Amino acid sequence: MTGPALLSVEGVAVDLPTPRGNLRAVDHVDLSIGAGRTLGIVGESGCGKTMLSRAILQLLPKKAKLTGRVMFDGQDLVRLDRERLRKLRGRSLAVVFQDPMTSLNPVLTIGTQLIETLQEHLELDSVAAKMRSIELLAAVGIPAPEQRLMQYPHQLSGGMRQRVAIAIALSCEPQLLIADEPTTALDVTIQAQILDLLAREQRRRHMAMIIITHDLGVVAGRTDEVAVMYAGRVVERAPTPDLFKRMRMPYTEALLAAIPKIDAKPHTPLPAISGRPPDPTRPLRGCSFSPRCKYAWAQCLIEKPGLEDADSPGHQYACFRPLAAGVPA
Amino acid sequence: MMQPVSQPASADPLLRVENLVVEYPLGNKTVHAVSSVSLDIARGETLGLVGESGCGKSTLGRAVMQLRRPVSGKVLFDGQDLTAMQGDTLRRMRRRVQLIFQDPIASLNPRRRIGDIIAEPLVISGVKDAKKREQLVHDVLGAVGLDPQLVTGRLPHEFSGGQCQRICIARALVLNPEFIICDEPVSALDVSIRAQILNLLEEMKARYGLTLLFIAHDLAVVKAVSDRVAVMYLGRLCEVGPSEQLFAQPAHPYTALLIEAIPVPDPDVRPAESVAVGEPPSPIAPPSGCRFRTRCPRADQRCRDEVPELREVAPAQFAACHHPLIGPA
Ligand SMILES: Nc1ncnc2c1ncn2[C@@H]1O[C@H](COP(=O)(O)OP(=O)(O)OP(=O)(O)O)[C@@H](O)[C@H]1O
Ligand SMILES: Nc1ncnc2c1ncn2[C@@H]1O[C@H](COP(=O)(O)OP(=O)(O)OP(=O)(O)O)[C@@H](O)[C@H]1O
Ligand code: SF4
Ligand code: SF4
Ligand SMILES: [Mg+2]
Ligand SMILES: [Mg+2]
Repeated sequence: MTGPALLSVEGVAVDLPTPRGNLRAVDHVDLSIGAGRTLGIVGESGCGKTMLSRAILQLLPKKAKLTGRVMFDGQDLVRLDRERLRKLRGRSLAVVFQDPMTSLNPVLTIGTQLIETLQEHLELDSVAAKMRSIELLAAVGIPAPEQRLMQYPHQLSGGMRQRVAIAIALSCEPQLLIADEPTTALDVTIQAQILDLLAREQRRRHMAMIIITHDLGVVAGRTDEVAVMYAGRVVERAPTPDLFKRMRMPYTEALLAAIPKIDAKPHTPLPAISGRPPDPTRPLRGCSFSPRCKYAWAQCLIEKPGLEDADSPGHQYACFRPLAAGVPA
Repeated sequence: MMQPVSQPASADPLLRVENLVVEYPLGNKTVHAVSSVSLDIARGETLGLVGESGCGKSTLGRAVMQLRRPVSGKVLFDGQDLTAMQGDTLRRMRRRVQLIFQDPIASLNPRRRIGDIIAEPLVISGVKDAKKREQLVHDVLGAVGLDPQLVTGRLPHEFSGGQCQRICIARALVLNPEFIICDEPVSALDVSIRAQILNLLEEMKARYGLTLLFIAHDLAVVKAVSDRVAVMYLGRLCEVGPSEQLFAQPAHPYTALLIEAIPVPDPDVRPAESVAVGEPPSPIAPPSGCRFRTRCPRADQRCRDEVPELREVAPAQFAACHHPLIGPA
């Protein structure tokens, strides 16, 4: 990391009460990101990526208990009052969720939603807000933007909805954009365009960006740093080239192997990681990856590995039997 | 009289789509979502369908099921035209065809327990014996790799994306259908779960003797499960052919573009700077002639004037292009 952190997440844990007992969705995560930088967070379904982003945004479910600090631009968001938070979320902190319907209101037209956001946070009059809305929709690649203003979210295809959500998120020039699986539902050419669009806007605004994804392909070319999460914890963290060239965690290796390769034959069974992540209401005593890890040994079952520094700068991993350093996976 | 189909008729197609046209009214205009698409799917085959966001893949799937009535064209399922069916006859046929949606979380009723969600198709189709329903739900949950004991009593929001998709697959399988339309079944899932679900779909296909229409935007994913792949662009079919052959030697410039845009999990491979140039055209006013011509490097006057018909460019490989990358010019 270069420069002072715009956002620093310090020892954040999220606990959710469930009928089956306490569920620790995020387990003591430390992360930071500077202005103009891009951090990728990758990990398996249910590992806590969305809960972590909601913890940063203070948008956790009501019953959730959050510990730790979320320092943004010098203030702890955990302790900020609701009104100041709401203002901050509209302006400085923006988010694009995995499911665009989460950020879009189904009963309002696209136009109303964009125009209201712009009017509220940028204090534009209605004519200026409408003009800006059309520009924003065109910028995110929506054909016939003027007509789309009159449409409701359900009348758009999934990809179009995500573009609209991105347009709304970018509309107030945020300092930090959290994109939770922003292109997961989109095809490759549009994915490339949207990631380019985000990169372009980021450079232009010197905006910091957190891209949450399960696709190592997406983080490979487009992030400065990557954090790999498993069962609520960050298990490996490194500058992007280092992560791919000198990965130390068996989990990172397995994740890379499970990607369908374009040069493989059809109907080849994929090297899926066997089993499932542990039930988060029944945390394991040892390494949470141990039931699925082909390198696990006795120590892994009884002790939890902490994040250790690797030889290369900025690289950390949590594993008792790391892959050999310097051996490309 | 049967309409001429511009592809080889497989000897015994389970599904044949002939010159299907689906439109949506939009104000005083029309969205040309699917324009004269013809397809065959042989019994036991998996046909992959790829294409850009908004190109009409889901609309095609919904029109096959008659959830959206086509403007014209036929959908022959096991020889019978679904477009001519109404009421009970259609409902009975529909039981043999199931749909798995793009968004697993949104397609589950948030207020109902998983056991009831999966039993619902059984209730609707008249399985009155509650014990029998329970048994079938139990079996199908086991088949998709979920523990019935842990799952049936819980609500959808307690599950992550991958688990919700397993639940959706279980719900689709419980009536023992012959044909399943999988609309982006793994798009919202991370790689390791994606690999598991793809392996699961392949297993279920063998176990239940299924025929699949597999819609996705990820080419590597489509290739992993499909015998043949069809590529759509802006409501029209561009190319269809055996998977490996299509990827090794794409004939349509759009297919080639899609293959180039796949993000590679290697930080040394710089992502191609938004390969698809220009705005995607609007399906409200699609370009004349070839609909891809506004973004195609090979476009010329003929592409503007004449709609290219699907023709054979290599054995069993068909492309709708005046200047294909392979085959006779
Ligand atoms: N409202 C909730 N109540 C209880 N548990 C929840 C709730 N939302 C999520 N969880 C649980 O919290 C854990 C973390 O979920 P989260 O949504 O953060 O995962 P994720 O990494 O974003 O997964 P995905 O890739 O599927 O989006 C999971 O075990 C999930 O089942
Ligand atoms: N109910 C509707 N009313 C008006 N237009 C619609 C409606 N549903 C879909 N459309 C339009 O029809 C076109 C095809 O949409 P469709 O959802 O079939 O695309 P898709 O290929 O499945 O896209 P995606 O990959 O984003 O899911 C799009 O232009 C879309 O905006
Ligand atoms: S600590 Fe042990 S179980 Fe955990 S990833 Fe390392 S080798 Fe595998
Ligand atoms: S018909 Fe013309 S515009 Fe269309 S894909 Fe072929 S070369 Fe390109
Ligand atoms: Mg998530
Ligand atoms: Mg769709």
